[in-house]
Amino acid sequence: MTSPISRGFRGRRPDASAAGRLPPGQYETRDFPVLSAGPTPHTPLAKWSFTLGTRGAPSVTWSWEEFAALPHETITRDIHCVTKWSKFGTVWTGVSIDTIIAAGAEKGITPAPFVVAACDGGYTTNLPLADVTGGKAWIAVGYDNAPLHPEHGGPARLLVPHLYFWKSAKWVRELHFRERDEPGFWEALGYHMRGDPWKEQRYTGDP
Amino acid sequence: MKIIPETSRVRTLVLDVPEWPGHRAGQHVDVRLTAEDGYQTERSYSIASPPEEARLSLTIERLENGEVSSYLVDDLREGDALELRGPIGGHFVWSVADGGPLLLVGGGSGIVPLMAMLRHRANAPESVRRTVPARLLYSSRSWQELIYRDELARLAEADDSLRIVHTITREPPPHWSGYARRIDRAMLAEVAWPPAAHPHVYVCGGTPLVETAAEALVALGFEPASIRTERFGPTGGPQ
Repeated sequence: MTSPISRGFRGRRPDASAAGRLPPGQYETRDFPVLSAGPTPHTPLAKWSFTLGTRGAPSVTWSWEEFAALPHETITRDIHCVTKWSKFGTVWTGVSIDTIIAAGAEKGITPAPFVVAACDGGYTTNLPLADVTGGKAWIAVGYDNAPLHPEHGGPARLLVPHLYFWKSAKWVRELHFRERDEPGFWEALGYHMRGDPWKEQRYTGDP
Repeated sequence: MKIIPETSRVRTLVLDVPEWPGHRAGQHVDVRLTAEDGYQTERSYSIASPPEEARLSLTIERLENGEVSSYLVDDLREGDALELRGPIGGHFVWSVADGGPLLLVGGGSGIVPLMAMLRHRANAPESVRRTVPARLLYSSRSWQELIYRDELARLAEADDSLRIVHTITREPPPHWSGYARRIDRAMLAEVAWPPAAHPHVYVCGGTPLVETAAEALVALGFEPASIRTERFGPTGGPQ
């Protein structure tokens, strides 16, 4: 369908540096907006843990200290929120999901084609395994060389920067393998199952 | 399209949308603008009208440097066409059938999705409305910037089971005897039901207001899962 011309609308074009970095329908922001469906949880680090597992099968759990001992990486990526803002060159520190899955494999945990991330506050999101492996996803614990602020998902959030940012679930506590792709929180409420910003997969029914 | 001025920075667009599939109070739409050379940009705006109304109302606040909001508030004229998509969002929604009590906390243009809920509730028969009492705590910078001021007053006057409390944070009018500070825990403790009443809670506004109110409500003993939040801001749409 052809869009009607908005009479008299000129708009603010992205500058040259943003050309090619801005997915369709997005605009650049320098802020870091906060979006979440409910109150910000505050889990003390002493009570925090991260679990990798499969439904009804063995799992492996790291305490905060054990998790901190895993190799960390610095990640610099553009991020894209489904509410239309994109932020360029965000800098994170975190543990690669590849590292976590490899550690799980040593404990006999076999990957499946899909994962579900579960978080404090009850939020969940679903992802194909292929979108969280091969150096594409992390459990981030730092932002801009500081511990990740609770408003932005601290102490730890999923970071999957090549997908819309609702997939980068805040306050993540568990990652579970699934044989089938099961919708998470927003995915069950009309948002796209995969959420590729370059294909503009915002809502259910988008290609 | 009809345009209703609300405040100096806010106006309501009343749209005839062919084949609108219907919506729930609290949902939003994506608005897309297209320039003559094909450049496009999109933003999200909450729906202000209740599901029962045939026409769709969007209430838009002009943001500083707002690429889309300044066009919608300053340039758009009656009769212009607008491209939109929706309704979107299935979490920050309420209908009379969900029951109550209903606790709404809003700031500035964060009132818009809450207004859709209040209008929807007002359309219910009185016998039903009485079973879902509602309270609204609404924070505005000044009396002049209080969106839907007259309609809110009319709604509260006509309805014993609705209580509306304002706080005016920057320029309270002379002789103002109401709250004149930002929403805080003490204010919420005075206005809200006790947590034992298990209200459905909706908080909408800028991030500082939403963070403060949601954290205060949790501290007061409200169940975190009963508190739904949505943030408005220059860079975020509702979500």
